[in-house]
Amino acid sequence: MAGTSSRKSGSAGTPTPSSTETDLVKEAEATRASAGYHLIGKRTPLIDAALKVTGRAEYTDDIKRPGMLVGRLLKSVHPHARIRSIDVEEARRHPGVAAVLTGDRYPTPFGVLPMTHDETALAVGRVRFLGEHVAAVAAVDEETCERAFELIHVEYEPLPVYDDPKVSREPVPVKIHDRALRDTNLQKEVFQHFGDVPKALEGASQKVKLSGKYLGVSHGFTEPHCTIAEHTPDGRLTVWSATQVPHYLHRSLSEVLGMPMHRIRVVKPEVGGGFGGKSDPFPHEIACAALAIETGRPVKVLFDREDVFYLNHGRHPTQNDVTVGVDADGKFLAMDIDALIDGGAWSSFGVVTTYYNGVLAMGPYRFDNFRYHGARAYTNHPPSGAMRAHGGTNMRYTVESVVDEIAARMSFDPIELRLQNFLPPNFKTINEFRITSNSVRQCILAARDRSGWEEKYRKLPYGRGIGVACGFYISGSNSPIHFTPVFPQCTVHLKADMDAGVTIHCGAADIGQGSKTVLAQVVAEVLGIRMDRCRVAAVDSDTAPVDLGSYSSRVTFMMGNAAKAAAENLKVPLLQAASELLEVPPDRLEASEERIHVKERPSQGVPFHEALHKAMETKGALVASGAYSTKPLGGTFKGAKAGTAPAYSFSAYVAQVDVDPETGFVHVENVWAAFDCGRPLNPLAVEGQIEGSIHMGLGQLLSEGLSYRGARLMNPSLLDYKILTPMQMPKVECLLVGEDDPEGPFGAKEAGEGPLVAALPAVGNAIYDAIGVRLMDLPITPDKVLRALEEQRKKGGAVKPPAPTRPSKRTPTHGGR
Amino acid sequence: MPKKVPVRLRVNGEEHELHLPPQRILLDVLREELNLTGTKRGCDLGTCGCCTILVDGEPRLSCLMLAKLAEGHQLTTVEGISPAGALHPVQKAFIDLGATQCGFCTPGFIVTAVAFLRDHPGATRDEISRALSGNLCRCTGYVKILDAVEAAARTLAPAQER
Ligand code: FES
Ligand code: FES
Repeated sequence: MAGTSSRKSGSAGTPTPSSTETDLVKEAEATRASAGYHLIGKRTPLIDAALKVTGRAEYTDDIKRPGMLVGRLLKSVHPHARIRSIDVEEARRHPGVAAVLTGDRYPTPFGVLPMTHDETALAVGRVRFLGEHVAAVAAVDEETCERAFELIHVEYEPLPVYDDPKVSREPVPVKIHDRALRDTNLQKEVFQHFGDVPKALEGASQKVKLSGKYLGVSHGFTEPHCTIAEHTPDGRLTVWSATQVPHYLHRSLSEVLGMPMHRIRVVKPEVGGGFGGKSDPFPHEIACAALAIETGRPVKVLFDREDVFYLNHGRHPTQNDVTVGVDADGKFLAMDIDALIDGGAWSSFGVVTTYYNGVLAMGPYRFDNFRYHGARAYTNHPPSGAMRAHGGTNMRYTVESVVDEIAARMSFDPIELRLQNFLPPNFKTINEFRITSNSVRQCILAARDRSGWEEKYRKLPYGRGIGVACGFYISGSNSPIHFTPVFPQCTVHLKADMDAGVTIHCGAADIGQGSKTVLAQVVAEVLGIRMDRCRVAAVDSDTAPVDLGSYSSRVTFMMGNAAKAAAENLKVPLLQAASELLEVPPDRLEASEERIHVKERPSQGVPFHEALHKAMETKGALVASGAYSTKPLGGTFKGAKAGTAPAYSFSAYVAQVDVDPETGFVHVENVWAAFDCGRPLNPLAVEGQIEGSIHMGLGQLLSEGLSYRGARLMNPSLLDYKILTPMQMPKVECLLVGEDDPEGPFGAKEAGEGPLVAALPAVGNAIYDAIGVRLMDLPITPDKVLRALEEQRKKGGAVKPPAPTRPSKRTPTHGGR
Repeated sequence: MPKKVPVRLRVNGEEHELHLPPQRILLDVLREELNLTGTKRGCDLGTCGCCTILVDGEPRLSCLMLAKLAEGHQLTTVEGISPAGALHPVQKAFIDLGATQCGFCTPGFIVTAVAFLRDHPGATRDEISRALSGNLCRCTGYVKILDAVEAAARTLAPAQER
């Protein structure tokens, strides 16, 4: 169903723009349609959807290997302790047990970032969080594994437990890792200063500082981690795993097991969601492989939900302070940020996290003065890691709350205030990000017009409110994690053979976001063929060329470009063959509608398969390759590469809420989500990313949070960790107003992570509009709302904040840039 | 190791004679003994809905049910929702309207929705949303799932009212 890419999810209650209003969404759609693509930009069902709705899609836990053993991991019962001894002899002798391993077997440290290897397959001499794995057992069944655990005797010597990142920042008697900075437990510290922040703040006519507090958040993917490993007599190791980054797993297996990469095969079956939570190479994946090597039999390690919570790697618990100074006209002068991030027991992506919490804070606004101090602390909490809109979410909430507060204090309409301060397209920021395409203005104007903002802002009755917030995110990290040897960030191989089908080989990991579908769309678009001729073979490291993985919202941009290049290369011999058949030079031919034909005379042509067979006469199957590498970007100062990307997504969301002052319950009614992903290659999938992001963002805002008592996680289950149900989802309207990006494939940019960031502060600001209190401690549970209202009453009564008094110049939908 | 007991299960219209330890959970038996891996395991604790199957036509969490207690009941898994080579209108709508992303929650939603629409043809979006609130999805934000079930309800309603 080709159609409009602005769709309402609900049936009622959404005001439509007045007919006199210019509709930016329709305009953007019309511009895009004029390009005349046959597949790109069409609402395209996922190519594997039929397998998924019938239960046929194969996930790791669905795979059975002959003689497969059950692998289980014994969890530490201490958050921080020295392991004096582990006695596994009795467990090893227990009938049905095939192997028991401890940390000394494969002690090589590893981790996702080459500079911070501080994890091991199993604990070596020390446990650093409750739930860390101390031993691995392979046995005939689960019960036998459990019995073996009872027979493993671990003697622990408890160490001081660090559960507060503030303490980790000070000198400590025991360091969690030797590599922690100085005599503290800090893992990473970042200082950046551009311009002169103290001076600019001094000259500001208004300064607003807010502090945000954020609990950790779980990815909440529905498929628990699962890995199968098999070591065969030919000396090869095959690992099937629920991973979003097969290549890093491949490398880590090789490093830790001491086995060359070419003898290891990594297969990624269907993955039941990742959101960053399956992007580190994990200890259990390596332990599973180690058990397979040890036993010579296939071994499966499957997590239960509690294991998933203890392995964590979710969004970092964070405290941040953001100060922004503005001049009398509302121009942003300076931003000053301090962030303290609880990293838990391992580094994971922590260096990146620490940078991102600062460097992604300014966009989409222009600042000429910026200062950031960020610190990520080791604690004895389960490790935090990368989660959707990594490093861009918590900071964004505080920043957008500050902007809203400035508008309130200076009596601006918050949309007008933002419009004055946006980065223009084609601009270099003070921290040397290269901004190219940027449709943030269209985003905020579209969201304003569609939401009926003018009639609602400060005008709804007490308890109901509307709020706005913007977002900014990288469309693929410019610098790869591994840079030696040098290789492209993504490569795609194509093979077209007798059957006139095209096999697409690529290492990009589809984790439900639809990257396989994008591959097929791009290749079929370029070759002018139907999508069902394309089959995507992803991911088997034996056949798929390397893609760096599904993280940093890089896949559509980088894989899309690689696929386009590969298809264009495959087209060359096809045009040549058709040229011979038609006796017309190849540059006068084009491919469309399953044919290769003369450009200006479509009736003169040959079917795709005839051109293909002709081309194969002497060469056999056609093969082609395409690759994408980013160009060097960013400055030369320390940390200058962090946050550089070949493009950035932008967004502006308006949310409408209903807050019950009696119960403190926040009901989010509507979200108008205007998003700039450049040209949406598959609007159906882009909307799905936006809607899913809103769900995840609102969960963090309203009900989700990993709560600890000391170092003990108190809610490691989906009963106590509360993900929103269908009943709590607002109506969502997706407004795709982006212009083509100059470097993205067909003009596309990311839509996987950026759609999350504006959701939280749009609702936070709507709550402020509804009841006049600013809530900066997430999640905003009803008890916090009630407490804030109580405070407010003590101070003089529950009222809505006053309406802006500055004469609104009501920026027209067009012009005024 | 506890003694095994005979367990007779009727799944998707087929009889299975099994010998199982009496504490075996139905979800495990479906997946591991009968190879019906379409039914997913998201939590093992009755909190996610991924393992939903139909027991005598009603949605039940197979992770909370002993296989032995399923004897004498008609069990339907996602594999039994539609005849070979055909799709149920709910499945068709899930594909066309983008209601499945990673797909891991999908079988649970499909069987729940199929049972609900059978009893409530022409249900409204709010009613559907309530009926599906025992199933978690982390990818879609439910928006397209509700779109799909609503669309399927429209396809099914006239046929069933006749
Ligand atoms: S696996 Fe049964 S409800 Fe989650
Ligand atoms: S589609 Fe992934 S959990 Fe629902």
